[in-house]
Amino acid sequence: MAVIDSDDFVKALQDMGFDFFTGVPDTILGGIIEVLSDRRLYTPSVREDEAVAMAAGAFLGGKIPVVLMQNSGLGNALNVLMSLHLIYRIPCLLIISWRGFEGKDAPEHLVMGQTMPQLMDTIRIPHRTLAAETLVEDLRWTAQTFMDQRIPVALFLKKGVVKAIQP
Amino acid sequence: MQSRAQAMQALFDIVGDQPVIVCNGFPSREAQKIKDRDGNFYMIGSMGVAASIGLGLALAQPDRQVVVFDGDGNVLMGMGTLATVGALRPKNLTHVVFDNEVYGTTGNQPSYSRVVRLDQVAKAAGYATVERVWEREDIIYEFKHMLANDGPHFLLIKVNEQIEDADRVALDPADLTKRFRAAVEQT
Repeated sequence: MAVIDSDDFVKALQDMGFDFFTGVPDTILGGIIEVLSDRRLYTPSVREDEAVAMAAGAFLGGKIPVVLMQNSGLGNALNVLMSLHLIYRIPCLLIISWRGFEGKDAPEHLVMGQTMPQLMDTIRIPHRTLAAETLVEDLRWTAQTFMDQRIPVALFLKKGVVKAIQP
Repeated sequence: MQSRAQAMQALFDIVGDQPVIVCNGFPSREAQKIKDRDGNFYMIGSMGVAASIGLGLALAQPDRQVVVFDGDGNVLMGMGTLATVGALRPKNLTHVVFDNEVYGTTGNQPSYSRVVRLDQVAKAAGYATVERVWEREDIIYEFKHMLANDGPHFLLIKVNEQIEDADRVALDPADLTKRFRAAVEQT
């Protein structure tokens, strides 16, 4: 399976205009966060609802925001996504690590891992699963959906799809 | 002791072109009634994240003073954000908390702010200036001082439980976003 380099991925996001990055870490996201931190682009958050709200504030101030989180944190963020972003038409890119994919993870990740796509369908947040082979098309879809709908758009990230700088 | 609406009126008399994020519930309804302006962002949901929205805006617009009108229930719900503000120390954030010690919008159920000193939590978290005030003259003095100096600032205003008779936020949320963004862009 082809692997996306963290540096290339961050560069691609910047080329698309994304210029505000916050989130709560996950091991799958470690490489991306490291690159963002090295470039002084990343503002750490303490909770995922805080992170998406900070992203909303940044958007109100003219930025184009990205929030990184583990899918367990999606649970923390749900109310803010539903009663702020979706009704106020405030977009952001959610990069969500897919823990519990196909049931191969620790028990705490299994329910969210199994239900995350349906959960996003239910609250009507458009989503797509990132892959190296379809990266260009995935990002094009992301930008288009973000601009057209002006609501949060999610990219799911499975383990090993984006490489960490240090393994 | 002042009502929240009286305290808010005193602050709005001082606010110039600074954007103001107002927390959900009656604070937003009262703000709309007292001083509706393009630079006000009224939350109607997402309780607990007023300061997070203000923080994101302050980071995006570092040369502009950003004001948050918050409540004790909101601060208690998103207390981790005091740590984020204290760690990042944005100079341009003034976090005002109207502390009536109750969940006023839902029927005055007591909040823990009557026993937990939110100003001391903010101080421990690392806000540059922290003040707790009751009287109108002190509210005016401290707020003016905060807007003119580097923060982040935390102004805890102890208010009574009185709620102003104020309508729900009139504008559609998506229109509020457009209006507020345009105001931030223009000033």
